[in-house]
Amino acid sequence: MAEMTLVEAVNLALAYEMKADKSVVVLGEDVGKNGGVFRATQGLLDKFGPDRVRDTPLAESMIAGISIGMAAAGLKPVAEFQFMGFLYPGYDQIVNHAARIRNRTRGHMTCPVVFRTPYGCGIRSPEHHSESTEAVLAHIPGLRVVIPSSPKRAYGLLLASIRDPDPVIFLEPSRLYRWAKQDVIDDGKALPLDTCFTLRVGTDVTLVTWGAMVKETLAAADLLSQNGVSAEVIDVATIKPLDIDTIIASVEKTGRCVIIHEAAKTGGVGADISALVAERALLSLRAPVQRITGYDTIVPYAKMEKYYLPNEHQIVEAVTNIMEFA
Amino acid sequence: MEIVAKFEVPYYQYLNHEGNVVADLPAFAKDTQELIKLYRLMVLNRIFDTKAIALQRTGKIGTYPSTRGQEGVFVGVGAGMAKDDIFVPYYRDVGILVQRGVKFSDILLYWGGDERGNCFASAKNNFPYSVPVGSQPLHAAGVATALKIRKEKHAVLTVTGDGGTSEGDFYEAMNVAGVWKLPVVFVVSNNQWAISVPRSEQTAAQTLAQKAIAAGFAGEQVDGNDVIAVRDRTEVAMKKAREQNEPTLLEIISYRQSDHTTADDASRYEAKGTRETHWAHEPIMRLKKYLEKLGVWDDKKEESLQTECAAEIEKTVADYLQTEPATVESLFDYLYEKLPKIYEEQRDQLIQLGGQSHG
Repeated sequence: MAEMTLVEAVNLALAYEMKADKSVVVLGEDVGKNGGVFRATQGLLDKFGPDRVRDTPLAESMIAGISIGMAAAGLKPVAEFQFMGFLYPGYDQIVNHAARIRNRTRGHMTCPVVFRTPYGCGIRSPEHHSESTEAVLAHIPGLRVVIPSSPKRAYGLLLASIRDPDPVIFLEPSRLYRWAKQDVIDDGKALPLDTCFTLRVGTDVTLVTWGAMVKETLAAADLLSQNGVSAEVIDVATIKPLDIDTIIASVEKTGRCVIIHEAAKTGGVGADISALVAERALLSLRAPVQRITGYDTIVPYAKMEKYYLPNEHQIVEAVTNIMEFA
Repeated sequence: MEIVAKFEVPYYQYLNHEGNVVADLPAFAKDTQELIKLYRLMVLNRIFDTKAIALQRTGKIGTYPSTRGQEGVFVGVGAGMAKDDIFVPYYRDVGILVQRGVKFSDILLYWGGDERGNCFASAKNNFPYSVPVGSQPLHAAGVATALKIRKEKHAVLTVTGDGGTSEGDFYEAMNVAGVWKLPVVFVVSNNQWAISVPRSEQTAAQTLAQKAIAAGFAGEQVDGNDVIAVRDRTEVAMKKAREQNEPTLLEIISYRQSDHTTADDASRYEAKGTRETHWAHEPIMRLKKYLEKLGVWDDKKEESLQTECAAEIEKTVADYLQTEPATVESLFDYLYEKLPKIYEEQRDQLIQLGGQSHG
């Protein structure tokens, strides 16, 4: 057991699975000697050699496309897009091929690939390095979209994603990469996909979130408890496919639901969760579902990003308002 | 000033359009039985093609891309590959697929709108079709990477059309294949047209073959109406890929003797008489002339071949028409290895609304 950051836990999971399974191959821009721009792949080249830790030419559609070919040919590629803003050239390959090769071949060919990428704002990086566009991936049938929010979940969910027989988009909140350390046991145990994690049990309101916003949501839950409001905090973790049952069970208990995400509001995954809560738990609701999200703007550059990111006070205010609704 | 690099693009042809030998024939072409096999396959493909268009016109299949005039390209490429090689097709390469275990009836099933026609269950070394133009060379590079990592001595071949060479993925695939020295052959079936846009408007490059040079490996042009040249150059390139991990780009030139697909009308953009001018070069007549000159082919043999091939195609059409419809729940069966719980409700709803199958 060792205390480590989220990005170190990603590295630990990669090393574990590469040792356990020779078909796992890591590829991407600067993942070799440089160990990745965030050091997620540090040391892997020395341990596993250049056949299995491959610096690619700089072309993201290529990274996606060759990973699909490798996966269909029996390897388990774990490919890195350097930032989510640079995933888009690979989107065509992901949507038209990775997500549907199993369906197109009636199961005769599969695509057990993991596409990892850092995502989200709040680390003062240049433009295009701060995207939270998970909804454009979560919309696609055939994909899984998995987002860890702690070192332990990064380790366990990445192992599960690599072992999953279908394509997984693994979004790593860059704001949490070195935010907090946690003891992680390197035992190779995966955590379940398609499953929410209830981080805090409560009775008055259900706070639904994922990724880096888990930080502000937990802080809000602390503040709320000081005001006598008991918040349940759910980390969705796999936003595609949704574990809606856990969310509905919680809302049926609390009667209130606030969804918090960093991505722009319109067409965000929060809209889908909100609709599902309305469809399935309307009569349990004691107040309208609320969404606290990033604005429907372009993610601002570093100087303004603190105004874009939802904070714990906005969450507290939204909860306080709906507590008074009924 | 000094010249730092110079490149050449060779052009290969053994048999000219009059059926005369113009270069030293490769060994296989000295065996007339081998040539008759290639001839038979081209004839079979043309009969299939004519039949497929008729099936589309009568509503028995959907949109279908004809291969008329390109039989030499696909039959030659397919003959130049080994069974254990991996093939990553585009969507017009029937003549390759049928040499690799895919049934004509599966091809009709696919164009008839049934996913089961895309699974090539009995022919595992073939990828499914790739309709997004130019996206599949990347898959070929990925497979070649896997083969190289596992030290398997096979090679990968992928085909795209002349239009596909304008796609970024095509360049990205060649680029990585060059850097990583991958066992892959990129075939460009240059039939002069990308739907309505002629080759001359696709690129200012003198040849498509030269695009390989920027990726650091050889490109060559091959007369696609000379099935002997196509088979030979494919064999040479595949051997080089298998034995030396050296990629090659083959630009195989023919002429599309058809509309782009049955949904297209080439009279809107193709100058009148062009197709007829090119017909003098079409691949089947060329080989037939040569076989006749060798004294191994005559009208009687031709008649018997035509009858035999037509019967084979009739049988495959019957097989296709008798295919049982798929079940409605198959929409959900292959989304994931195991259908996630949240979608079970949608599947059950579909079954309830749609019954077990639509007739």
